[in-house]
Amino acid sequence: MLGKLLDQLQAVGRSGTAAIEAIGRGTLLLKNSLFWGGPGSAGFYDLLKQIYSVGVRSLIIIVVAGFFVGMVLGLQGYNILIDFGSEAALGTMVSLTLLRELGPVVTALLFAGRAGSALTAEIGLMKATEQLSAMEMMGVDPFKRVITPRLWAGIISMPILALLFSTVGIWGGAFVAVDMLGIDDGAYWGNMQASVEFYEDVVKGIIKSVAFGVVVTWIAVYQGYDSVPTSEGIGKATTQTVVISSLAVLGLDFVLTAVMLGGV
Amino acid sequence: MSVSQPYVSVRGMSFSRGDRLIYNNMDVDFPRGKVTAIMGPSGTGKTTLLRLIGGQLLPDSGTIMVDGHNVPTLPRKELFDLRRKKMGMLFQTGALFTDLNVFDNVAFPLRVHTDLPESMIRDLVLMKLEAVGLRGARNLSPAELSGGMARRVALARSIAMDPEIIMYDEPFTGLDPISMGMIVKLIRGLNEALGLTSLLVSHDVEESCAIADYLCLLSDGRVIGFGTPEELINEGNDEVRQFLRGEPDGPVPFHYPADDYRSDILAGVN
Amino acid sequence: MRMRYIEITVGAFMVMGIVALVLMAFRVSGLSLQDAGDTYTIKARFENLGGLTERAKVSMSGVTIGRVTKVYLDPEWYSAVVEMEISKSMSTLTKDTSAAILTAGLLGEKYIGLTVGAEDEYLQTGDWIEDTQSALVLEELIGRFLFNKAEEG
Repeated sequence: MLGKLLDQLQAVGRSGTAAIEAIGRGTLLLKNSLFWGGPGSAGFYDLLKQIYSVGVRSLIIIVVAGFFVGMVLGLQGYNILIDFGSEAALGTMVSLTLLRELGPVVTALLFAGRAGSALTAEIGLMKATEQLSAMEMMGVDPFKRVITPRLWAGIISMPILALLFSTVGIWGGAFVAVDMLGIDDGAYWGNMQASVEFYEDVVKGIIKSVAFGVVVTWIAVYQGYDSVPTSEGIGKATTQTVVISSLAVLGLDFVLTAVMLGGV
Repeated sequence: MSVSQPYVSVRGMSFSRGDRLIYNNMDVDFPRGKVTAIMGPSGTGKTTLLRLIGGQLLPDSGTIMVDGHNVPTLPRKELFDLRRKKMGMLFQTGALFTDLNVFDNVAFPLRVHTDLPESMIRDLVLMKLEAVGLRGARNLSPAELSGGMARRVALARSIAMDPEIIMYDEPFTGLDPISMGMIVKLIRGLNEALGLTSLLVSHDVEESCAIADYLCLLSDGRVIGFGTPEELINEGNDEVRQFLRGEPDGPVPFHYPADDYRSDILAGVN
Repeated sequence: MRMRYIEITVGAFMVMGIVALVLMAFRVSGLSLQDAGDTYTIKARFENLGGLTERAKVSMSGVTIGRVTKVYLDPEWYSAVVEMEISKSMSTLTKDTSAAILTAGLLGEKYIGLTVGAEDEYLQTGDWIEDTQSALVLEELIGRFLFNKAEEG
């Protein structure tokens, strides 16, 4: 019995060191691919192609999701506020919830699922078919050529997507509030304008989504690069991207929110 | 085992992967301007040797001299320069870039490493494609190529920068006889025409013996035979002979180590 | 051809992002173009801030004319000091203007409400507001209520 317990402990320890090793390798990858330059490295057009692949192609899911989330916020928010007679605050509630939290976080989660997993699969496949190796042997740094543009495309796309999510959501909430529930248009927008601060709420939301962009894209790219070059390996890596980056986003969100609210 | 003026010279090289010791204090020379086939049982680490020579892996100890440069000690930039100028590698699957067509794949190293104008690059690419017989396929995408064609395109790409050494990772595996014949002709032909040093990793004894000037047999992480095909077939020791003749049992045993057969079977009876 | 399509869509994507940002700035958060305009600073002393924080609004007759910029304890006078920036467009605050810490809505945040007085001279940068009314603290209210009740009965 003691032996089994020790085995379990050993397994935990081993996965702990494995996790630390992974973080180390991930940091090295970030260091190697954060900056542009070097022979055969990607150019501006490669960045554009990646922004298209990662950002533009996520637009539909983000916009649709944002609209629905905004509408639900409108409905639920109305339900809660009506008990306090504060339904006039609906605009404030919807916009603050979206700008500060749901916009950056939900966008990041959806992004991890759609774009993150695609990145992991793509890079994993390039590794499995030895394309990355071939690049190396031709004297081209695969980090700079393949990973750098994808990393930056994610960092750039995420805040744009989050902002679009929030925008569409606020208008979705407005649609529910004003057109469906009959709240005064002026009350919805006027109270919102009075309570939403650009630097406090909008900008901090953007900062969050940039942070999430870095985290999700970094994890996605790392998982692809580090994957076992078989079909199961790539499948496993893709799943891990979604799981790990989702958890990382939620955890980071807590930390950032605490810092932003607690400090000033 | 030491050859005059080797292009690649390995001394005292040890390499282990995890707990497994793959190479133990190995010495081997690969002659300049010749085709050397590196052969051995599966899993001995033949491909690993190519990666070590190309600097993709670092040995635990020892030196690997490629044209006078000690590869494991080269800083990143010099290593990339060496690869760019002198090395070419053909991967088992071809490893063509799937987002580029045939022409762009072959043009890739030229566009990346040189400042040549597009017109010149076009000429060079067409020449390389002509050499492998695929000039007409230049607009196809890698997905539209057969295995043999993909490998030929990859070959054209690896000679794009006129390297001095080409390494072939299992170039014959999985090809139909005609494609295999084409690859054989190309490997030999390019070696002569361009004065290359060619190292090919294979376990196809027949083809290797047909085109190689030298054979290098590896087993258990050491060189068990090095010489011309005739030398090894006639004089080689037991291990060499078993491999070259394809004998199912010999120094590499047929039976995986197991307990006594009789007692194993009878154990199930009670 | 394909490259052109990509360029156009990525460009549109970026533009959408900028439009969303602009919408956020003006339609949603009510940022006005003269917001970072000229301001002057005045100070006031309060017994109890009751939850007033920095960046709280300063308003008069319900219109926001400034912001609280600094809040700290004066170690000599043992009272809270509030520094606020008032928009220069409201430079006609009389010297006897009073400041009170009020609550927005029933459970809302604290803000400073200014009421002008009758004097001729106006507040300048660095002046102090003399007449202040601290925030209503719930415990004190309850205590006062109970005390009054006790006195009656």
